[in-house]
Amino acid sequence: MVKNKDFTMLDAKDLPLGGVLPDAGSAEEYETGGWRKLRPIFDPEKCIDCLTCWVMCPDSAIYVEDDKIAGYDLDHCKGCGICAEVCPDKVQAITMVEEEN
Amino acid sequence: MTAVAQTQRETGLTGNSAIAYAMMQINPDVCPAYPITPSTSVIEEFSSYVADGKVETELIPTESEHSAMSAGVGASAAGARVMTATSAQGLALMWEMLYIASGMRLPIILTDVNRALSAPINIHCDHSDTMGARDSGWLQLYSETVQEAYDNLIMAVRIAEDKRVQLPIMVCLDGFITSHAIENISLLSTEAVQGFVGEYTPDSALLNVENPATFGAMTLPYAYMPLKKQQSDAMTASKPVVEEIAAEFALLSGRNYGLLEEYKLDDAEVAIVVLNSSAGTVKDAVDTLRAQGKKVGALKPRLYRPFPHAEIAKALSGKKAVCVLDRADSMNGFGGPLFTDIRSALYSDANRPQIIDRIYGLGGADFRVNDALGVFDELFKVQETGQVDELIKYLTV
Repeated sequence: MVKNKDFTMLDAKDLPLGGVLPDAGSAEEYETGGWRKLRPIFDPEKCIDCLTCWVMCPDSAIYVEDDKIAGYDLDHCKGCGICAEVCPDKVQAITMVEEEN
Repeated sequence: MTAVAQTQRETGLTGNSAIAYAMMQINPDVCPAYPITPSTSVIEEFSSYVADGKVETELIPTESEHSAMSAGVGASAAGARVMTATSAQGLALMWEMLYIASGMRLPIILTDVNRALSAPINIHCDHSDTMGARDSGWLQLYSETVQEAYDNLIMAVRIAEDKRVQLPIMVCLDGFITSHAIENISLLSTEAVQGFVGEYTPDSALLNVENPATFGAMTLPYAYMPLKKQQSDAMTASKPVVEEIAAEFALLSGRNYGLLEEYKLDDAEVAIVVLNSSAGTVKDAVDTLRAQGKKVGALKPRLYRPFPHAEIAKALSGKKAVCVLDRADSMNGFGGPLFTDIRSALYSDANRPQIIDRIYGLGGADFRVNDALGVFDELFKVQETGQVDELIKYLTV
């Protein structure tokens, strides 16, 4: 991925042919968490570790360790709230709260 | 089914049979297609070659041309050599994907058998289909005869895949006039064609698991614009490549192709510029007038995209009067596409000729030798008076 945090015009000579990115999976380097308006707050006391949220997260932004939810990758979580939506009604371990900034 | 004998090199073939035969000799990896008149028999005959095991091509019958070109984009990004054929509405339905193919720098090879765009619906020849795609980032080669169409297609593979180019290419021939008429043609051996086109080895490919890459990623302005410059530079750089490959092809075939064909143009005072099959008609009129001692000539661009503006300006510089024949109207109120391009190319030439545009042959309307002679009569009048009465006019209506 071409790193260009200050958004200045790149040189055609430095770009791969036709915009082909020579590294696979480079989207991980692009931190999209800054788009987030709502932040997921997770309550481990309520969680039953069904992992439905982990399956449904469109940004693969939920960490799992030893078959248990271990938190969020906030560099990539866009705050869509799907995790809170799919958390079983009787559990409701995830709450979406407004980001302060 | 084509009547080509495998051992025979001189034969009579229709344009479509010659294209299908060249595709068989090239043996592309993938051919996604949705047949449409008048290009139908290209895919019909090529699918016979597939069924008979003469090629190893994966033939993908799609549900539309949009899907055909989409499959072409995917297969080409995967690393395959991709060829297909279409006409008119088929090319129009590919529109979105044409730009994707060129922007992603995928060297897809397409034969367009020129046909009028609807409405009114019409299956006959004109150039409105490929002229509409003239700014889609595809190279375009035009073909006067069956022989030229066959030769152009073989050269097209090398041009598109050249590392300095890596752009898709369109080979155009006139619907029915060239696609369905039988002409004498000299074929190359399949070994010679295979040797000439070689293997396609892209630098990056989706199926190259050793070096995985991302294709078709989104770009923001700071990358989009330089990537467009990169594409534009490749288009400009392709012109000498077209000449270089034609020179190499001449060694193989004995047939020479320039970016343009100048017919008795050197000492001509008036000239007609025309694409594809009608160039033959115009050459006939040139011969008739030359026999009467008139200094007339013809210019047939073979490469239309990239536009050989300097070569065309040089060829027409110093002529007294020139008519551009357009088999398509741009519907822009300022003539056909070839006219506006050529008039613009001549702008900075101090010895530019008077120039007129005549729209002819739309929807397969006949353009006869007498019609070409009529155009020369108009040009003689312009030469004599130095005045252009009618800049743009439809002929034969």
